[in-house]
Amino acid sequence: MTSIEELESLRWDLRQRCVDIIMAGGGGHIGGDMSVIDALMVLYKNHLNVSPEKVDDPDRDRFVLSKGHAMEAYYAVLCEQGFLDYEDVRDRFSKFGSPYIGHPNNKLAGIEMNSGSLGHGLPVAVGMALAARMDSRSYRTYAIMGDGELAEGSVWEGAMSAANYKLDNLCALVDRNRLQISGGTEDVMAQDSQEERWAAFGWNVISIPGNDVRAIDSALTLAEQTSGKPTVIILNTTKGLGSSLMENKASWHHHLPNDEEYKQISADFAAHKEAERNA
Amino acid sequence: MPNTIANRKAICDVLLERAQSDRDIVVLCSDSRGSASLTPFFETFPEQSVEVGIAEQDLVGIAAGLASCGKKVFAASPASFVTTRSYEQAKVDCAYSDTNVTLIGISGGVSYGALGMSHHSAQDIAAMSAIPNMRVYLPSDRFQTACLIDALLADEKPAYVRVGRNPVEDVYAADGCPFEMGKATTLAEGDDVAIIACGEMVAPALAAAKSLEDKGVSATVLDMYCVKPIDADAVRDAAARCKVVLTVEEHSPFGGLGSQVAQIVGESCPRLVRNLALPDAPVVTGTSKEVFAHYGLDADGIAASALELLQKAVD
Repeated sequence: MTSIEELESLRWDLRQRCVDIIMAGGGGHIGGDMSVIDALMVLYKNHLNVSPEKVDDPDRDRFVLSKGHAMEAYYAVLCEQGFLDYEDVRDRFSKFGSPYIGHPNNKLAGIEMNSGSLGHGLPVAVGMALAARMDSRSYRTYAIMGDGELAEGSVWEGAMSAANYKLDNLCALVDRNRLQISGGTEDVMAQDSQEERWAAFGWNVISIPGNDVRAIDSALTLAEQTSGKPTVIILNTTKGLGSSLMENKASWHHHLPNDEEYKQISADFAAHKEAERNA
Repeated sequence: MPNTIANRKAICDVLLERAQSDRDIVVLCSDSRGSASLTPFFETFPEQSVEVGIAEQDLVGIAAGLASCGKKVFAASPASFVTTRSYEQAKVDCAYSDTNVTLIGISGGVSYGALGMSHHSAQDIAAMSAIPNMRVYLPSDRFQTACLIDALLADEKPAYVRVGRNPVEDVYAADGCPFEMGKATTLAEGDDVAIIACGEMVAPALAAAKSLEDKGVSATVLDMYCVKPIDADAVRDAAARCKVVLTVEEHSPFGGLGSQVAQIVGESCPRLVRNLALPDAPVVTGTSKEVFAHYGLDADGIAASALELLQKAVD
């Protein structure tokens, strides 16, 4: 277990590595990376029972990054956990012939399934959770989706089946950052209230400040203790969190910072880290 | 005695038998267990069966998730739906993620007859063949279907299998079904016309070859159940020994067996190739047999096309 204090410091280092990967690769989905990276970090640090030694262990916990475009954040976390080598990822991300592409590639250690096209992860995670039950294994399955992704009908097919099969070994997380490429989610295709929607589908719903490390940690523990139904954690997040340059700006959905922006973002991360240390 | 056992039933029989000693075999249906003849499997192995309701995207996604955890998954749903509604799941979750999922397209082609184009799958060979790392199989009868399912159980790659709704004439026998995975079965050897068929078109192709023989025309007949990857050597050999090549498929004219054969023949052994297929339009209302006869996909039509093509080659 990693302490909340350590996580509150580490999250800025991971953001910096994530941005450095994006800079080296010539662009990435930086906005969604920044909103979801805290949840990814807490999940891998304190809850997912998986490690580089366990990538083929049938009892390992399963994770599916359904919002696959947050891959740079996922690389930062996979490197932190020792699945991949950070410098190798950074130097080869998006380069010719590289295995480090802009979406999950399950030929890489620690990545269970490919994604990229949205709306795929939840049904896949349902299959993984059903397999656990069939084999009487106690592993848990997690899937992280974006909020724009929730317009995909297949998400709700998966939601229906997870509740039908009472998959309490399954936990979905929604990165509710309220922005997608074209603008605000409520302007593009209104989806409030997500809490009511998931509850109506028979899920246990936990809605939290999604960039609050302690709240994420507690919510994941609550999900583990829930029986008889699947849990969804609505992560109420800020897209681009970490620098005012990119926070809540749809134009930063996919972006390559220029040199000046990069310096500003890095300075902002450092300041956040310092402030959190002194808090 | 005409055969009364549909290919879909042959699939269930194999899975029922193998599941007795293999707990990793899992069958999924989308409110389709009855039409897939898989009810006995669901009743015998409920813990190895998953019902997803009328939700084909969920069907294929769940199938891939199960397979990623070591299950040998067979997901059965009407061919018309599982190859279009869940096309992207087939592409990303099965083929791209390389999961051990066999998609069973039941009631394929024009099996649903008068139910119309929504229920026909004239596009499935082209659609599924176009996906990198997806294999496509159309077995011709119940015996070959059983051999194919056994072969698929022995590997861990994604595949699509199309079978029809109704029992079809036996091409092989219980004790005589030569089968090698990925290799066409040669049903007749002749030097005038090479007839290459798949699925339900194999039996009429063989019947056509027999009637051609009476007219002094000798035909090679290939059962190309493995449409992708196709047995290119068998195509080349058949084209090389014959004057013309005729392909027969229950499919639209584009991107199916005929297109693949024409590519191979055109590149390695140029011959006249004619592709007998369904039209590029909603098909006429009728039973499979009526539809096939209408478009010249029965034994008489195939024989007539063979003679025409041979005449054209002489001219």
